[in-house]
Amino acid sequence: MSKIPVSFDLNGSEVGEIIDSGTTLLSLLRNKLALTATKSGCNQGTCGACTVLIDGAPQLSCLVLAARCEGKAVTTLEGVVENGELHPLQRAFMNGFAAQCGFCTPGMIMAAKALLDRNPTPDRDEVVDAISGNICRCTGYEPIIDAILSAAAEMRGGKRKSA
Amino acid sequence: MSLALHAAQSPREACSRIAKREARLLAGGTLLVSEINNEQTATSVLVDLGPLNLRGIKITGTQATIGAMTTMADIAAHPKLKFLKPVAEAIGGPAVRNMATVGGNLHAETPYGDLGVALLALDAKVTLEMAKQRKTLSLEDFFAQRAKLAAYVLTAVSFTLPGANSFFFVKAIRRKPVSASVITIAAHLPVKGKKLAHPRIALGAMAPHPVRAKAAEKALDGKALDEATIAAAAAVATEDCAPQTDPYASAWYRREIAPVHLARLLQQAAGKKS
Repeated sequence: MSKIPVSFDLNGSEVGEIIDSGTTLLSLLRNKLALTATKSGCNQGTCGACTVLIDGAPQLSCLVLAARCEGKAVTTLEGVVENGELHPLQRAFMNGFAAQCGFCTPGMIMAAKALLDRNPTPDRDEVVDAISGNICRCTGYEPIIDAILSAAAEMRGGKRKSA
Repeated sequence: MSLALHAAQSPREACSRIAKREARLLAGGTLLVSEINNEQTATSVLVDLGPLNLRGIKITGTQATIGAMTTMADIAAHPKLKFLKPVAEAIGGPAVRNMATVGGNLHAETPYGDLGVALLALDAKVTLEMAKQRKTLSLEDFFAQRAKLAAYVLTAVSFTLPGANSFFFVKAIRRKPVSASVITIAAHLPVKGKKLAHPRIALGAMAPHPVRAKAAEKALDGKALDEATIAAAAAVATEDCAPQTDPYASAWYRREIAPVHLARLLQQAAGKKS
């Protein structure tokens, strides 16, 4: 067993922890830091429920060794809320009934946020590509895609682009 | 779990660490960490290749050299590698593509390894750093010897950029938009006059590692890409294959559809060239 220190920016604040060197980022977030928005779906990198942003880019936290986050900026769903206000994506998912059981939702929102942060005017195909690594068993995906397009339109302050 | 993580200090130093069986190189982690999570490996030591600065794409004239830690996302985004964009984007989703590396893809077990299929059709070469020497191998030789080589770190892959309208790729999958391959085909079809000159056809998910369909290549070489030639190539599509049964497709099914997908890809190529 080897214990190592790791420190990185998590949702805007620095965290420093002593961890086993084999600890995944997902395990650190959920089990040590009690940040349970990020979900463990398959632990294999196939479902996307564990998606977080590392330096703004989506990655699968079940496959990331926490040690490799040293010095990076990690964003989870908990960090998407700002000053107590829900992000437009969160509101769009709520209002559009884009979450049923909700298990895929954090991963979907993080994948969508990564898209909208770099492309504020995605078309439907681009939204589908952005969530192509996230599996949903409940909604059939359409309400999720609609919610992301709605959120994009709201963030632009204009009318939603036709689907 | 009890896992030690070492930052590699140099490719040779990493080689000396992985000379022990329980130690393995860690690139993107999309395959290896999954195995560890699911207790499918006895690995207890990981050697992190991250610190070795092996990520990068260098293009000089028509020569491309890609570092082994370059990600699929890097490749998909590169303005001079547009022909590889559909290949990189056929692999995983956006998150996987931000993590998965070229080097990792060349070590993936079938049916994975789609970038390796494309690189094989491009006659790529790989550079290996070993304990006491540096070796350059054709990718074809590397795949054949992969299981038997002494400890090495694959540091880079290089190839000549294909001419316009000469590189074609298809990955047949059952579940859209992304899934592991039923069959992957990459074709490099240079022409001289109106005849194919040294065509290359590489197949994925049709053998334990990506392979060249040499009988099909022979049927195409020196010929015009017409209906008869395409049919002749498709007829021998599976001659150099040993497909396996896995959750994505059976060996039987792969043999059945290989000629169909090869013919379609060649027809698509013929359409682009005429």
